[in-house]
Amino acid sequence: MKALAVFIAIALALGLQTTLARFVVGGSAAVDLVLVAVVAVALTIGPVGGMLAGSAAGLIQDALSSGVIGIGGLAKTIVGFLAGAFGQQFIVTAALPRLVIFVAATVLHGAVFMGLYYVLDLRAFPSPWKPLAAQALGNALVGIVAFGIIESLPGIVERRRSRRGRR
Amino acid sequence: MALLDIRQRTGWLFGAIVVSHIILISAQVTTKRGVPVLQEVTFGAFAEMQRGATSAFGSAREGWQNYFALQEIRRENDQLKQEVTKLRVSLEQERSVAQQTRTLQQLLDLRSATSFETAAAMVIGSGADPEFRTITIDKGTQDGLRPDMAVISPAGIVGRILMPTARAAKVQLIIDRDAAAGVLIERSRVNGVVEGLGSGEELGFKAGMISLNYVPSSADVKPGDRVVTSGIDGIYPKGVPVGEIQSVERPGGEWRIRVKPAVDFAALEAVLVVLKAPDPPSETADDGKR
Repeated sequence: MKALAVFIAIALALGLQTTLARFVVGGSAAVDLVLVAVVAVALTIGPVGGMLAGSAAGLIQDALSSGVIGIGGLAKTIVGFLAGAFGQQFIVTAALPRLVIFVAATVLHGAVFMGLYYVLDLRAFPSPWKPLAAQALGNALVGIVAFGIIESLPGIVERRRSRRGRR
Repeated sequence: MALLDIRQRTGWLFGAIVVSHIILISAQVTTKRGVPVLQEVTFGAFAEMQRGATSAFGSAREGWQNYFALQEIRRENDQLKQEVTKLRVSLEQERSVAQQTRTLQQLLDLRSATSFETAAAMVIGSGADPEFRTITIDKGTQDGLRPDMAVISPAGIVGRILMPTARAAKVQLIIDRDAAAGVLIERSRVNGVVEGLGSGEELGFKAGMISLNYVPSSADVKPGDRVVTSGIDGIYPKGVPVGEIQSVERPGGEWRIRVKPAVDFAALEAVLVVLKAPDPPSETADDGKR
């Protein structure tokens, strides 16, 4: 059940990411929905689920993009693992800790992703900090909203069921 | 089953996934030289392994060879030590022979310098009793030695023949408490008689000293004066060095003169025995206690 939920979350994130990317000026999204999904999965399930989800989602994302397959996967694996481990050790149910985790996860992901491209001399990132900061903020906001929606979903469903039952 | 449960092996799983990604990336990326990173990294890693293995093997081989070399060196060291010991013994023997040769040369010189007939003899032993200062020489009556013959060395008088046997003779040293000889002080030509002091311990003197007695009260005696045989005792030829005056005292008006012998009796190796005593001088003299 968990695996299915993870699969759906990742697929949804990928679908939205590839769909929304077209509407962003310059072609580069300020929000990485796949990363948001991976962090959310990691915080919900744990480090193993986080890294598996990150690995799979990253590889798919790499395959769909024109980059080197594996770099995004590696970055998301690391982020998923660490976010999951962090979520296991600390209570991150409040909005602020989550915001911090999303920001940190985005920065780490960007560092690994751009760092690997830079080290392998495949691509240059002239001024990476500004877009990275924007993406971190965007990811954090989207992540908190998404978490709020996901957590309120069971309650909404329950209320609708009970309403139907009264009718 | 716990081994197969990946949730129990999170670290390993994480490592495996990371490595898989790195391999995947490496397979796609080429270096500046145009070689795939995977190939280069694999080759590099394998080359390092080969280097490490070769180095380890080389070290092991070198260690093994060194071990054997060490064994060989130890054996050689033992041999060399033995050789050094032998050579040291040999060197000491050579030195001893050289010293003996020098002594004999000195004796030969003395022999040719003196006008009287002499026989060279080697010291083969010393006295058994420290109270009696004697030595044993390797010449005896067969060689013409007789009692009371003077025994001298290049440095000075040694003593007299006390008891000759056929092939050896006992020599009474001048430092023996019963030995005496007629002497004169070279500088002032004052006559006297030297007598041995034996161990000298009971008298408070250093062992090996001799005492100069029967010196006239008006005599001119100073420390440092050389004392030679006067020849008036009929044993020792005239003019042979006896020693040097070490101290001069006159407690109660009586001379107390100590003479340091010219001969180092401890290092005596060869001597000359005066076979034919010089003609005694006409003047009479005390020939000592003998």
